Amino acid sequence: MSGSLDAYLILAGLLFAIGSFGFLARRNAISMLMSIELMLNAVNLSIVAFGAFGTDAAMAAQGSVVALMVIAVAAAEATVGLAIVIAIYRNKRTPLVDEYDAMSQ
Amino acid sequence: MLMHRLVPIILGLAVIGVVTAVAAAMLVFLGQNWADALFWIFAAVMIGSGLMVVTMRDIIRCGLAMIVCFGALAGIYVILGATLLAAAQVIVYIGAISVLILFAIMLTQTKDAPSRLVFQTQAVPAAIASIVIAIIIALAVVATDWGEAAQRFRITADALSKVLFESYVLPFEVISVLLLAAVIGGVYLAKREPGGPS
Repeated sequence: MSGSLDAYLILAGLLFAIGSFGFLARRNAISMLMSIELMLNAVNLSIVAFGAFGTDAAMAAQGSVVALMVIAVAAAEATVGLAIVIAIYRNKRTPLVDEYDAMSQ
Repeated sequence: MLMHRLVPIILGLAVIGVVTAVAAAMLVFLGQNWADALFWIFAAVMIGSGLMVVTMRDIIRCGLAMIVCFGALAGIYVILGATLLAAAQVIVYIGAISVLILFAIMLTQTKDAPSRLVFQTQAVPAAIASIVIAIIIALAVVATDWGEAAQRFRITADALSKVLFESYVLPFEVISVLLLAAVIGGVYLAKREPGGPS
């Protein structure tokens, strides 16, 4: 089972669906950011699985390289996203997104 | 009230326990190999802790469950043969991003915040939509013929660095500039203005 591409892709799809549910349903802005991280990890898993089950070893290395770059972009996204959440929290005094009805005050 | 709080935890633990038991049964009774059993255990831990991330009430516990989820994903990377990527996953996600998120949680949670409502009013349509997404992805994966995908390649750090610093040098440099810009932007956004509120 661990030797087939299907298992990894279905696992990645499940994790992506969980992350999308969290992003749509949670009220807390940081919970939504955590759900985005889950979705990015799911996409990473599918990239690595595609590379590892590719035609040759060079494709496997390319899959890992692309996944490393996704990790770096995710780190940048987390930095800026959390800074924005903290900046909004400083103005609004709440981390709940359904109380953010205006961007400026 | 206590039962209401414990329901997501019990649900996540039940999912993890059931699939771990299935993996152990596969290992013992069906004669499968270690890679399969480990894959099932890591998959169960990852999906179970992912469900705990999106359903639990206490957001600190959500962050801790997210660390467990990332660790299980690093194990799956090892099973796939991408060992260097697993190390990077542990260092970057568990070491850096999780700590960043936990710090942000501690900075933004207040005692008097109305924390009894975890979900928005659109939680039920969101659940339906994500279940539909999962079913569609699973159907597409099963229905597609992936060709000769039977063999698997281990990715050594040597081969990976050759690809990274020969074919992907320009994206590598762009990523470094992006990280610098993100650091400066994060400091600027989160900086407290001298005359600003509090």
